[in-house]
Amino acid sequence: MPQYEITFIVDPVLSGDEIKQTADNYVAKIKEEGAEIVHVEEMGLRQLAYPIKRRNSGVYYCVEFSAPNGVLIQTIELAMRRDERIMRFLTAALDKYGVQYNLDKREGKIKAYKFKKEAIAKEKAEAAKKDDKRRNDNKKKPSKPAPKPAAKVEAPAETKVETPVEAKAETPSVNEKTEE
Amino acid sequence: MATREDIKFLSNPKIGQLRSKYCRFRKYNIRYIDYKDEDFLMQFVNEQGKILPRRITGNSLKYQRKIATAVKRARHLAILPYVTDLLK
Repeated sequence: MPQYEITFIVDPVLSGDEIKQTADNYVAKIKEEGAEIVHVEEMGLRQLAYPIKRRNSGVYYCVEFSAPNGVLIQTIELAMRRDERIMRFLTAALDKYGVQYNLDKREGKIKAYKFKKEAIAKEKAEAAKKDDKRRNDNKKKPSKPAPKPAAKVEAPAETKVETPVEAKAETPSVNEKTEE
Repeated sequence: MATREDIKFLSNPKIGQLRSKYCRFRKYNIRYIDYKDEDFLMQFVNEQGKILPRRITGNSLKYQRKIATAVKRARHLAILPYVTDLLK
């Protein structure tokens, strides 16, 4: 059975329960159509790269399912298009590598994610002291400031793994020669 | 006798040498490009959010195509912007 993946963005203005309800609603709908749910990933509240319907953030969900054919996608997309609570959606068919990738990602086998997790753990340990101060300052946002800076700081470190090593290797040699 | 190490160059002779490009997907055996992975896609996009050409990234055609679709999907889902300045 081919495997598909629907990613959708739920309006963040709704209350937490309503957001979950809408997501669960669609998961149930996909099940009703005779598909097998493989995994439901809550990607959580994210900043949008550009405003959609005057909203600057959205709650991302990713539902992975396998179905005998793609007929159910039309009905589900139609329901999503009519639903005001859903800001965007995207359905993608997964090839065998995609299926494998998602499986590995869930099991934590993918190196980039391992690095990320390690980096996040490190960052959290370092940022914990700073965050403690922040938490004391404003107790309303205890959990939010912690992951966001970690994710942003660790991102460039992960992406630059390949190139800067060589670049750095060259620059000191330049300095040595000029100093001579 | 003066060996090559003794010779002092006014400018670094290594500057201007081209590093050979390679397709990182073939080299590191990456088969799937996730459109939800913002940080990874950031490597193939310039400051304005445009997809970088193959001649700069060195990707093989097969994976350049996959990157293009992944970036376009990410744009649709507001993971990457369609147009910006100072993305990086």
